[in-house]
Amino acid sequence: MSHLLIRSLAIQQGERLLCQDLNLEINKGESWLILGENGCGKSTLLATLAAWLKPAAGKILLNQRPLKEWAGHERAKEIAWLSQQDDCPFPLSVLEKVLSGRHPHQGPWDWESQDDLRLADEQLARLDLSDLKHRDLATLSGGERRRASLAATLAQQAPLILLDEPLSQLDLRHQQQALSVLREENQASRTLLMVSHDPNHAQQWASHVLLMFGDGQWLAGPTSEIMNSQNLSALYRTAIRSASIEGQEWFIPLPR
Amino acid sequence: MKHSRLTPARLTLTLLVLSGLLLITVILSLCFGSTSYRPWQLLGNGPDAALARDVVLELRLPRTLAAIAVGGLLALAGALQQVLLRNPLADPYILGTSGGASVGALLALLLGAGVAAVNLAAGCGALLSITLVFILARKDHSNSQARLLLTGVAIASFCGALSSLLLSLAPDGLLRGMVFWMLGDLAGARWQLALPLLLALLLLVWPLARQLNVLSQGAQTAHALGANTRKLQWLLYFVAAAATAIAVTTAGMIGFIGLIVPHALRLVLGHDQRLLLPAVALTGGTVLLAADIASRIILAPQQLPVGVITALAGVPVFLWLLQHRGVAR
Repeated sequence: MSHLLIRSLAIQQGERLLCQDLNLEINKGESWLILGENGCGKSTLLATLAAWLKPAAGKILLNQRPLKEWAGHERAKEIAWLSQQDDCPFPLSVLEKVLSGRHPHQGPWDWESQDDLRLADEQLARLDLSDLKHRDLATLSGGERRRASLAATLAQQAPLILLDEPLSQLDLRHQQQALSVLREENQASRTLLMVSHDPNHAQQWASHVLLMFGDGQWLAGPTSEIMNSQNLSALYRTAIRSASIEGQEWFIPLPR
Repeated sequence: MKHSRLTPARLTLTLLVLSGLLLITVILSLCFGSTSYRPWQLLGNGPDAALARDVVLELRLPRTLAAIAVGGLLALAGALQQVLLRNPLADPYILGTSGGASVGALLALLLGAGVAAVNLAAGCGALLSITLVFILARKDHSNSQARLLLTGVAIASFCGALSSLLLSLAPDGLLRGMVFWMLGDLAGARWQLALPLLLALLLLVWPLARQLNVLSQGAQTAHALGANTRKLQWLLYFVAAAATAIAVTTAGMIGFIGLIVPHALRLVLGHDQRLLLPAVALTGGTVLLAADIASRIILAPQQLPVGVITALAGVPVFLWLLQHRGVAR
C-alpha cells in the first residue's frame, strides 16, 4: 500500500517542461532526497505534491485517493509542506510560529491547548530553539528562522512531510541535529521528501533518491543503486568523485 | 515591542479596557460641544435638564454613533487590507474603493444633488471601482498579491485624476462643499446603516481570525495549513472594500484612521487577529470620536471637518511610529 503514488506526472513552469512521465511509488516511512540543479523543478514538484500547483498531466494519489479530491483541512492533517518562503512582515514570535502548525487540528473556536503547547515546546527543544522561543522572527538570522519554520512544520504532525531545502542555510552542527530529528520522524513511520543541494545528505539520511535533470528526464530508486559519481556528475554537469571514509561513500566536486 | 502569546484571558481583558476607553470617550462626546454639560446635569427633572437631554440625544448622540461606526469601519478595513496585501502600511484607500466613491460623490455634488443622492452616488462609485479592480486582478496567482495591489493603485490614481478634473470644472459656489466632502466630515453623518454593518462585517471575519493569522505568514504557508487561500483573499478584499465604501459614503474621505489604528495596535498588542480585529474596530471608533470632539471644541463655535484633525494629528503619529519601529527591530 503506497502512501503517495505518482503516475505519468508532468510538471511545467511557464513554457518549460521540468519533468515528464514521472512514476514513483512512495511507501510509509521512506525518506526521499530530491537532487538537481537550480531551476530543475524540485520546488515545483513539491508544490505540486502539496496541491499548491496543478500538474500539467498525470495523477497523484494520496492514500489511494486522488490528491485533488482532498479538502484543504483534511489534506493539512495528512501533508505538511515547508516551502522556501518564511518571511513574515508582521510581528510573530517563534512560539506563535510553531503553534500555527497546530492550526489544522483546531476547530474555528478552539484555542491552543496544553497539548499543543507541550508539542510546540518539544519541537523547539529538538531544534535547539528553546532559548529563542519569545523572540520575534524578524530579529532572527536566516538559519534560525528556517529552523523555526521546520519546527512549525513538524508540529503539524502530518504523516507525509514535504521539505523544500530545510537545511541549506543551517550551520554544520544544526544540519546534523536536523538530520537526526528527521531520522526520528522516519522511525515514527512518517514519510519524508526533502529537497537538498548536498548529495551527502543521501548517504546520511535517505532511503531513496530522486534525481531531476531539468529537461524532463529523471532517475529514481534506492539510495545505494542511484548514488554514484557517474550519475551525480551527469546530474550536476560537473566532475564529482567519491571517496570512502570509514566505509562510507562521500561525494566531492572536483575543481574545474 | 514585546508581547506575550494571546490567551482567552488576555483577549477578554484587553477588549474590556478598550471598551472602557470607548465609553469614556462617548461620555465626553455627549457632554462637550458648543455648550458643555456635566453628566449629572442631564439627569434632573427641570426644563434645563430636558433641554440638555434634547441637545444630547437629538444632536450629539447620532453624531457620536456615526463617529464610532465610521472609525471602526475604517480601522477594520485597514487591518484587513494589511493582511491581504501582507503589508503593515496598507490603508483602506489604497485599492481605489474610496477613489471611486469620491468621483461619484463629486459628480453628484457638481450636478447639484441633495445629501441622499450624493451618498448614493458615492456608494455606486465605490461599487464600480471594487468590481473593476476585482475583474482586472482576479487572476492574481502571485504570492504577494502584486497584481491586485498595482491594479488597485492604478484605479485609485485614475479616480484621483477624475476628481481633480471635476473640481477644476466646478463653479465657485459648489467648490467649498466638494472640498469639504473630500476632507471628511461627520456633521449630518448617519449611523443607521454604518453601525449595524460594522457589527455584521466584524462578526463575518472574526471567526476567520486564526485563518488570517496563517495567511499573514504567506499564501503557501496558509495553504499547507489547510486554508483556502484564494477564497480567503477575495473575501478579505470584499469585506475591506465594503467597509471602506460604507465609511466613505457616510462621512467622506477621513484619512489616516485606517492606517494608523491597526498599525499602532499591532505594535502594542501583537498581530494575532483574534484580538486585533475587534480591538481595531473599538479603537478606530474611539480615535475618530476623540478627533471629532477636538474638531468641535478647538475653534468653537466653529466646527472643523474631522478629516483635517485626523490628518493633522495622524501624520506626526505615523512618523513617530515609523521611527519607533526602526528602533524596535
